[in-house]
Amino acid sequence: MDWDFLTDVFQQLLGGVPLTLQLSLMALVAGFMLAIVIASAASSRYRLFRWIGNAHVEIFRGTPLLVQIFLIYYGLGQIPGLRQSVLWPFLREPYWCAILALALNTSAYTAEIIRGALQAVPANEIEAGRACGMSGLLLRRRVTWPIAIRQGLPVYGSEVILMLKATSLTSIITLIEMTGIAHKLISSTYRVMEIFAVTGALYLTLTFLISLAFSLIERRLQRHLAHRRN
Amino acid sequence: MSVIAAELSTQASAIATLGLRKSYGEIEVLKGIDFTAREGEVVSILGASGSGKSTFLRCLNLLELPSAGSLDIFGERVKLRLGTSDPRIADRKQVDRLRTEVAMVFQNFCLWSHMTVLENLMEAPVHVQGRNQAEVREEALSVLERVGLTHRVNAYPAQLSGGQQQRAAIARALVMKPRVLLFDEPTSALDPELVGEVLKVMRDLAAEGRTMLIVTHEMAFARDVSNRILFLEEGRIGAQGDPQKLFAGGVSDRFDQFVRRFNESAVR
Repeated sequence: MDWDFLTDVFQQLLGGVPLTLQLSLMALVAGFMLAIVIASAASSRYRLFRWIGNAHVEIFRGTPLLVQIFLIYYGLGQIPGLRQSVLWPFLREPYWCAILALALNTSAYTAEIIRGALQAVPANEIEAGRACGMSGLLLRRRVTWPIAIRQGLPVYGSEVILMLKATSLTSIITLIEMTGIAHKLISSTYRVMEIFAVTGALYLTLTFLISLAFSLIERRLQRHLAHRRN
Repeated sequence: MSVIAAELSTQASAIATLGLRKSYGEIEVLKGIDFTAREGEVVSILGASGSGKSTFLRCLNLLELPSAGSLDIFGERVKLRLGTSDPRIADRKQVDRLRTEVAMVFQNFCLWSHMTVLENLMEAPVHVQGRNQAEVREEALSVLERVGLTHRVNAYPAQLSGGQQQRAAIARALVMKPRVLLFDEPTSALDPELVGEVLKVMRDLAAEGRTMLIVTHEMAFARDVSNRILFLEEGRIGAQGDPQKLFAGGVSDRFDQFVRRFNESAVR
């Protein structure tokens, strides 16, 4: 095995880690905020809002992320009005298009996670809060959300890992993140197997760290069930 | 009239309902209840299942909203928007405040699963009533000592037995310093051998002269501990009065029938 070559590849790929992390983080933060709006819309009293929320989830969950990336990067540029708008300086950049596509995609899944987590909050614990004089934001802040977070966190951990891996698709629209660098190295060396093996290992390291972080948080939040673990 | 009854009749009214009705769509569960509980009174609410006794109790701290009628708590009229098919609370702040004065103990304990026993107790006093955290803590610990849970202060609800959970739930209600305690079948979800420890706590509270309204199936408890029985039947008051007299029989045929049926099913 050519350790020198592998080490060299590894070092070059490390240069793509910041962009990979940046894309994931920006998309996750924006996607999470959008997901809160979408989840509230989907459980709204008004039919129109419910319809919009559900349509958003169905569309972005039901189409491939790669298609979404293409549509946003290549498709939006063909709308004449958009090219004159204030948004164009952003939308012509592959970087912002990638974040937009990733954010929209994760927002659909995250909205479903939020909805499920809120539904899983036992009604009687909310009722106990009401019976003690809690209502509105106080009730949500002290009872509903803390319990919902505990329900939703494990699933959201998977979503974060999925997002990190999904950033590899953005190499298609010229972003030089980890997979983009791997492609470049292959086109100059043709050593496909070794380069992708190192790339895969690097992704695995990152996702493993995320996994670890989530299980630490979970362990802390699930103290009330600790006795069941054994 | 006994001495206790004479004393009570001079006490101010704690909870008073007038013409209280509750319907779910077409079904009317409560068909006009006129009822007054005086301060210091312990009232057991009895009735067959479906008689509306739990619904009535839940109306008293507005977990269910009545469809018609009025509810006064310590002389204060609860502001409700009635008259439509969808009754609403008119003054959220008033209801939130009154709920800390009329505390509820549930059949299924309903402790917050993600908080320790002590956190459960401190939650409402600190975050709803805005009381000093250190003081509330002291008080919570002393209430826990009263209900015999000193050794489980930092346990989570899932680590407790049913009886311990219900005692913690009673303690949670007590720390709010409520003026009335409502109990909604507090021993019905417990294994038979755990019922006693909860009833003992409730007996002690009654002996302190607290105002308590208890929906229960514990006939002996109702007879020996309460000052008054409220017997509901199909959404109406079927009978009410002194427990000893009512249980002696001959006052109300329907109540006698209910007790007889209850005893038969208990033997079986």
